[in-house]
Amino acid sequence: MKLTFALVGNQNSGKSTLFNQLTGSNQHVGNFPGVTVKKKEGRLTGNPDVTIIDLPGIYSLSPYSLEEIVTRDLLLREKPDAIINILDATNIERSLYLSLQAMELNLPMIIALNMMDEIVTSGGSIDIQKLEETLGVPVVPISASKNEGINELLIRALKLAEARTLPKRLDFCTGETHRAIHTVSHLIEPKVRAKGLPLRFSATKLIEGDELLAGELQLTDNELDIISHVTDDMEKTLETDREAALADMRYCYIENLCALTVHKPVETLAQSRSHAIDKYLTHKYYAIPIFLATMAVVFWLTFDVIGAFLSDWLETGIGEIVALTDEALKSSGVSAPVHSLIIDGVLAGIGSVLSFLPLIVTLFFFLSMLEDTGYMARIAFVMDKILRKIGLSGASFVPMLIGFGCTVPAILATRTLPSERDRKITIILTPFMSCSAKLPIYGVFVAAFFPDNPALVMVSLYILGILVAIISGLLLKVFIYKGKPVPFVMELPAYRFPTIKNVALHMWEKGKDFLYRAFTIIFLASIVIWLLQNFDFRFHMVENAEGSMLADIGNFIAPFFAPLGFGDWKSATALLTGLTAKEVVISTLAVLTGTGNDASATANALSTLYTPLTAYSFLTFTLLYVPCIAAVTAIYKEMGSFRQTFFTVAYQIGVAWLSAFGVYNIGLLCGYN
Amino acid sequence: MTLDELRIGSTATITKVGGFGPLRRRLLDMGLTPKTKIMVRKKAPLGDPIEIFLRGYELTIRLEDANKIEISEVSA
Repeated sequence: MKLTFALVGNQNSGKSTLFNQLTGSNQHVGNFPGVTVKKKEGRLTGNPDVTIIDLPGIYSLSPYSLEEIVTRDLLLREKPDAIINILDATNIERSLYLSLQAMELNLPMIIALNMMDEIVTSGGSIDIQKLEETLGVPVVPISASKNEGINELLIRALKLAEARTLPKRLDFCTGETHRAIHTVSHLIEPKVRAKGLPLRFSATKLIEGDELLAGELQLTDNELDIISHVTDDMEKTLETDREAALADMRYCYIENLCALTVHKPVETLAQSRSHAIDKYLTHKYYAIPIFLATMAVVFWLTFDVIGAFLSDWLETGIGEIVALTDEALKSSGVSAPVHSLIIDGVLAGIGSVLSFLPLIVTLFFFLSMLEDTGYMARIAFVMDKILRKIGLSGASFVPMLIGFGCTVPAILATRTLPSERDRKITIILTPFMSCSAKLPIYGVFVAAFFPDNPALVMVSLYILGILVAIISGLLLKVFIYKGKPVPFVMELPAYRFPTIKNVALHMWEKGKDFLYRAFTIIFLASIVIWLLQNFDFRFHMVENAEGSMLADIGNFIAPFFAPLGFGDWKSATALLTGLTAKEVVISTLAVLTGTGNDASATANALSTLYTPLTAYSFLTFTLLYVPCIAAVTAIYKEMGSFRQTFFTVAYQIGVAWLSAFGVYNIGLLCGYN
Repeated sequence: MTLDELRIGSTATITKVGGFGPLRRRLLDMGLTPKTKIMVRKKAPLGDPIEIFLRGYELTIRLEDANKIEISEVSA
């Protein structure tokens, strides 16, 4: 029997941990259509007939955040065979708030009471039997991180789903709210039944003023009038408004229920430990230095130690493979084009991208540690004020910082941001943070043109990138992402040890994903670039790059760069090949100027191509335009929309052009040339 | 008085949750309902947002949003 279980729960409830325990590596991550919200699905380990859907972490089923809407839609339309509602037992009051709403959906439901071990070790207890009887749904205590209680949870969930046992009660209301909900229920019953929606849920939501649902039920003006009349009456008697009345109704019920069943110390051990840790990590003076030091260590370990070691190792391996293939091809006597295709196109292309893989995996090791321990929430708390002016919250700080290392993981890291708007703005702004692959370009140019103040010129580029990001943020806030951002009301979860399984699966997911793209789109792109570089338009192999299609295309688009001061085909071609990876800009310029591996000769040749002013203009363009194909595919993956990806790329090129144009012309006005 | 005015370490009871739309809804959903006891634990290093304690858990909220929450201070 094929069954689908939906995992529903708050953020930080251990939902992902439970999902990982249930499915292992049998998971698939996709987007909900057209939005940046991720949908995770997996097959139950040992029982492939059962599909588990991991829904976004939410606190309510009100249709205000995209995560809530997406979750609601899925539960209402796809009607999973059972809801597994995971609760954080140490935070049971707030967790039950979502449970009460989920029960109204009239689907078989079971509660997984997570972190029960923490309650017990802190000297507390929860009367499971009483909780179960009062709520009318099965409750199973579990510890997701220790893999305890999960078997029982599954056995009971399967039984529940097969027998289609519905929650036994739905009524949590008393007095006026009770009257209002029942009146509205009677009124809308025929329409709700016809649509196949849960009655109780619909009635409650209509009273709360849920316009999405009102629209879907196609209520007549008369019906809407009656609902608003009933609601007005309720508001008058209770002396409060509809939203507060229903929130209050749920929380009152929960308070009574907890008073009967939960015996919990004011603080669990994990909470008091967290307060002790936070004395330092969110301290008035230490917090920011500690954060910066943490990130510095992460960068150092990723880019200089572990990642660099693995990258070197991988590069050596790739070098060996290239050498062996080269031997084999030569001895088999294949034609020159085939030899070049395999060595210079395929292997070189994949090799250059693959060498990023260790960096990405290592970075995600640290990122999931930061996330799973609960430190990421503290970073958002500490850095919030800085990013607020451009309409973001502190949570965007980390992805942006990672952008200085590599844009690809930075964009993938936006997934943990709290709202669609934050994710999109951060994705658009992050590429302006100068990534480490641009450093060699700056290095060569600065040595050639600004030998007197190399540091100043380099730093000015980094600052320019940040300034452009700030201005872009303000523009996006005013023109595109208008309206209020999703409120920054965020839980600070207790610090916990990350589980090895979670961290490993996270690294595996990102690594697998990157490999997939390396061998598909990035692979294709490198072949295309190779083709353009080595053939002319009649598909004859060319002796030197000047006669290639790429040079022709470079020639064709060169006038586009003329207003920026570097309208020659070599610059244009270098910027084109730079799309495969940024450091290729320099190697292309070296090839096109015929200076090969001789760095000082390249520098000399560059000084015939550029003046200091046009060189700076070229660097400005390089800093700001599309980072690389790998980054574009990451943008597409996270945006989940071709149109938005196209917009982002077009915006980057536009901004790069305008900025370089500005630099060049202001320079001219100031008397440089 | 409002929540943004509450001194660090003090406890109060919520009397009314103002604001509108998503913000208000979010506050209510997170358990900031009238009669709830609430304690301000600390301020972020840059002075804003603040960390509060309610219903057995920690929440962070910006001062401008805390300004929408009316409270009456519980004398210690």
